Amino acid sequence: MENQIPDVIAQVPLTNYVLLASILFVIGIVGVLTRRNALIIFMSIELMLNAVNLLLIAFSSYRSDPNGQIFVFFIMAVAAAEVAVGLAIIVMLYRNIRSIDIGLLDKLRG
Amino acid sequence: MSLIPLIPLFPFVGFLINGLGFKKIPQNLVAPIGIAASLLSLFCTVVVFFEFQQTGAPIIYTFFDWISVGEIEVSFAFQVDQLSLIMLFVIAGVGTLIHLYSAGYMKHDEGVGKFFAYLNLFLFSMLILVLGANYLIMFIGWEGVGLCSYLLIGFWNKRSDFGDAARKAFIMNRVGDLGFLIAVFLIFREFGTLEYLSVFEQASHMSSGSLTLMFITFCLFIGAMGKSAQIPLFTWLPDAMAGPTPVSALIHAATMVTAGVYMVVRSNILYTLSPDTLAFIGWIGTLTALIAATIALFQNDIKKVLAYSTVSQLGYMFIGLGVMAFTSGFFHVITHAFFKALLFLGAGSVIHAMGDEQDIRKMGGLWPKAKITAITFLIGTLAISGLPPFAGFFSKDEILIHAYQHNKLMWALAMIGSFMTAFYMFRLFFLVFKGEFRGTAKQEKNVHESPKSMTIPLVVLALFSTIGGFMGMPEIFHFPHSLSNFLEPIFNYSKSVSDGFGEITVSHQAEWLLMGFSVLLAALALILAYVLYVRRAMVPKEDNEMSGFRKVIYDKFYLDENYDRLFVKPVEKMSNFFGSVFDPKWIDGLIALVVKGVGFLSNAFGRLQTGTTGFYILLMSLAIAFILILNLGDGILNYFSTFFKAITKG
Repeated sequence: MENQIPDVIAQVPLTNYVLLASILFVIGIVGVLTRRNALIIFMSIELMLNAVNLLLIAFSSYRSDPNGQIFVFFIMAVAAAEVAVGLAIIVMLYRNIRSIDIGLLDKLRG
Repeated sequence: MSLIPLIPLFPFVGFLINGLGFKKIPQNLVAPIGIAASLLSLFCTVVVFFEFQQTGAPIIYTFFDWISVGEIEVSFAFQVDQLSLIMLFVIAGVGTLIHLYSAGYMKHDEGVGKFFAYLNLFLFSMLILVLGANYLIMFIGWEGVGLCSYLLIGFWNKRSDFGDAARKAFIMNRVGDLGFLIAVFLIFREFGTLEYLSVFEQASHMSSGSLTLMFITFCLFIGAMGKSAQIPLFTWLPDAMAGPTPVSALIHAATMVTAGVYMVVRSNILYTLSPDTLAFIGWIGTLTALIAATIALFQNDIKKVLAYSTVSQLGYMFIGLGVMAFTSGFFHVITHAFFKALLFLGAGSVIHAMGDEQDIRKMGGLWPKAKITAITFLIGTLAISGLPPFAGFFSKDEILIHAYQHNKLMWALAMIGSFMTAFYMFRLFFLVFKGEFRGTAKQEKNVHESPKSMTIPLVVLALFSTIGGFMGMPEIFHFPHSLSNFLEPIFNYSKSVSDGFGEITVSHQAEWLLMGFSVLLAALALILAYVLYVRRAMVPKEDNEMSGFRKVIYDKFYLDENYDRLFVKPVEKMSNFFGSVFDPKWIDGLIALVVKGVGFLSNAFGRLQTGTTGFYILLMSLAIAFILILNLGDGILNYFSTFFKAITKG
């Protein structure tokens, strides 16, 4: 199976891709956890999403299995839709409370 | 097409018609419906009898498989054989007569529809009891008759002491029923089935004196103690006289109370193999016969005397069973059904004539005013006293002879009881029918003979009480003992495991002597009662004038009071303790603790719901990380080591 992988890709070991994806994902989590600005949190979520996409593509290439890449296209399409909805929510949020600070949204307090 | 299912069906239909429509059915239709149901049942019994005679083998009529779970197989089936046929005749026959009698006796009662409905339901349950082909069906009937007994004792439910009597009967019967139920469980555990034929077949291979059989028979007998009013569970029967008199005659004299005897005779093989239980039964029977007869000596309520005499006569039946004279015990069931039903119905007729007066101190001199009642009552009295040629003589004498060859002391005590029986019965007869009238003038003017519907059953029963004994003539009279011959197949297994089963071994001279002796005793009792209550015209003292031993006996040895102190009061105290201390403090405290605990926990977890999204996400990520670490275990360490290697390399 190894020989089917193009040299260009094989030059970078799989571990590096995994590491990069992990780093991106952690950055995303930290962003979500620490920031209060809804837009930044939204971007961090996108970052996590793309870390997963990267992982999918890397494994797909190294295993010569196109399914992973096709799946990524789907994720991108869904993500685009989600962005539209998410941004719309944020716009409505801003219109309602004149702020996009999620620290103000604590109506679920028990 | 067999008529077997129709036998209990007719009374049940009668119960449904009268029971469901008792507000709509016209009063004068109620009694005919009840009587017809009973009569049709009797008719079917006759037809089934001839069907049975063709082969002589037990007919098993299976309706359906009732319970079929795992190894448990119980069919809903009836068994018709010699034993159940005789019981069917007694129940349907005496039942029909008493239904007829009730039509006259209960005519003016507003609850006559209810009465006939209950009476039919009783017949139905009793027929189920004797028809069942296994112990579970018998148990249905057993409980059914208990229920009907309760309903009918408390029939006049406007009086609360009648209700108390009904509850007493029901609760005491429950104690016995528990024994019966345990016995059924034990039988199932031991034999894996409840069907009579199969159980008895298996039991006949067991050895005599087996501990399991002893437990089974003992528990069954506890059931019999409750239902057949033996010591210590007999105190309900005298109180049960609160019910209408036909009920006392049918349920508490002729049929239901003999269910215990029927059950023991039915299970005769089990009892034959447990001599210890038999000895116990014999002594319980003796004690009951003696004590109840003693109490009956001083009772002044006409029905109470008869009630104690019923208890005492049941004691005789159990003496018969205890000495393995199953035929004789069962013979006494039949004759007793005739003469005791007769006596109760006669008593009802007297009470009717006296305008609901039951105290024999206020009666007397009724002979010329109610001839038919008096003559039939005399026949009943002669029969129960054991004077030949009336029915009671033959059956009682057979029991006594068997008791004599089994245990002399038991025989002697039974003889004393027999003497007392004759005495209190003639005392009753003389006080009621002879001497001067002691009631009020108004009562005297109204004294009258009962209507035909009441006297006809009396005459028929008197006839049976006279000739009923001839079905079981002793050997020395050179007549066939037709009852014993007829019942023989029932005892096949018992015969095969026990030598000389049910045979009389005493010599003919001794038998003549014993017989003569018991007749002599009865005659002596008659003369004594005559001298005391006719010649000297003694009248029992008023309640508050009694003293000493007589008072102790009149008050039934204070048995009820002692039971009250021994069982009722402690239970009451215990319930009070549980009601006022245990329940509020412990049970409620436990529940309050649970409530508090839930409140505390929900408070604590409520704090976690801060409403801050970031906090939720943090918890979520931590939890996911935690689960990942749990799942990957060592793998995650390897992952981090490669991670650091890659960084250092890069």
